[in-house]
Amino acid sequence: MQIVLALMMGAFIGGIAGYVGSLMVTKRMALMGGAFGHLTLPGIAMALIYGFDVFLGALLFLAIGIILIWLLEQRTKLPMEALAAVVMPSSLGIAFLFLPEEKTAQALIGDISQISLTTVTITGVLSLITYFVIKKIFLELVFTNISEDLAKAEGINIRKNNFIYLASIAITVALGVRIVGGLLTAALVAIPACTSRNLSKNLSQYSYGGMIFGSLASTLGILGYEFTGIPAGPLIIIISTLFFVASLIIKKD
Amino acid sequence: MKEREVLVILGPNGAGKTTLLRALLGIIPYAGEVSWGTKDISYLPPQELFQRKDVPLLTIDEFFKFKRVSSEKISRILEAVGLDSTLLTRRYGALSTGQFQRMVIAWALVDEPSVLLFDEPGSGIDVGGQETVYSLLHRFWKERNLTILLITHDLNIVWEHASRVLCLNKKKVCSGKPRDVLTPEHLKELYGTGIKFYEHNHEW
Repeated sequence: MQIVLALMMGAFIGGIAGYVGSLMVTKRMALMGGAFGHLTLPGIAMALIYGFDVFLGALLFLAIGIILIWLLEQRTKLPMEALAAVVMPSSLGIAFLFLPEEKTAQALIGDISQISLTTVTITGVLSLITYFVIKKIFLELVFTNISEDLAKAEGINIRKNNFIYLASIAITVALGVRIVGGLLTAALVAIPACTSRNLSKNLSQYSYGGMIFGSLASTLGILGYEFTGIPAGPLIIIISTLFFVASLIIKKD
Repeated sequence: MKEREVLVILGPNGAGKTTLLRALLGIIPYAGEVSWGTKDISYLPPQELFQRKDVPLLTIDEFFKFKRVSSEKISRILEAVGLDSTLLTRRYGALSTGQFQRMVIAWALVDEPSVLLFDEPGSGIDVGGQETVYSLLHRFWKERNLTILLITHDLNIVWEHASRVLCLNKKKVCSGKPRDVLTPEHLKELYGTGIKFYEHNHEW
């Protein structure tokens, strides 16, 4: 039963990460997936110490971090990317101040050994909601990249879309840390999208391809963990990388 | 503006032409009042405001999906601007400049707007064959019930196509029928000295 739950969980998280990731790669924000992952670490540490769910801890610290970056940006006018470089490592540093040593691996590369039905259900619901919300604004977000003026003239609410997009990334990353930890989230969002891009003819193939490769890598990684005992996080990323290498070989043009 | 008018907005760089269009569209805040008699307004920003690289994998077909119209309509409008509908499977970033210009015109017209706001479609750039962007627009204006606001630097366009002209240089310099308002004095005020200007009038 435990393995079924873990696999379902992997399919949901890998899928949504691949899907949202395809958008992040298109908008050149793939590395933000990693930065956001680091932001979650104090939250994960707190969750592990006080015994609440890592998703909640991760989401809490993501929210704090994002608001902090936004405030600093208003205040200093420094580029968002530079501020991210200020806030993220600080957050990593803080996490290590009070992260118990025996919990370090779990925080950094994830842990799927104890998964309850409730966790899987919540993960599934959140993944589906995120999917439908992003699907609705996917083309609008790409369109806004093409021309902001045109997007506004067409009545697209750019601020609202950006907020939804950022919130979706936060939820995706917060879900992702459970299976790959705070260190590997960039790979979780970026690699499936890159693999899919090598093999796709258009945008919709690309985004759904990201979802499929993400799901596949996560379930296979978790399966590998069940049989070998090697932590699932690194396995997922390695399998994802193998898919990418295969896509390079298959890619024709 | 009246229906079916072609208003050309003239003025030097930094005169506020694009700003005026953006205000009319409600993209930027403004003082005063703008009221439209229709909601079917289409806008084409200047070419340089289109991000053409860095949009991987988006196909023309997908680009047209923003407009929510039938695929027959899309094929028909593409044909009307002189493009083949096989173009639909091509990548957005892979079109030539001429193809791209025709494609965005088709895009702006596909949902049959009654008003078209067009910002510097590229002064007289040949979009292929004998047709320029302007003659293409002129053809659509004749065939459809279209009101056009057009920003250009090209004075020839004013003489050929404009029913009204608005000269702008931070403030209104002149407005009216081209023949009445495009006097050498006004143009001097608009562009400063040094502009050579000949009226395109065969009745002389």
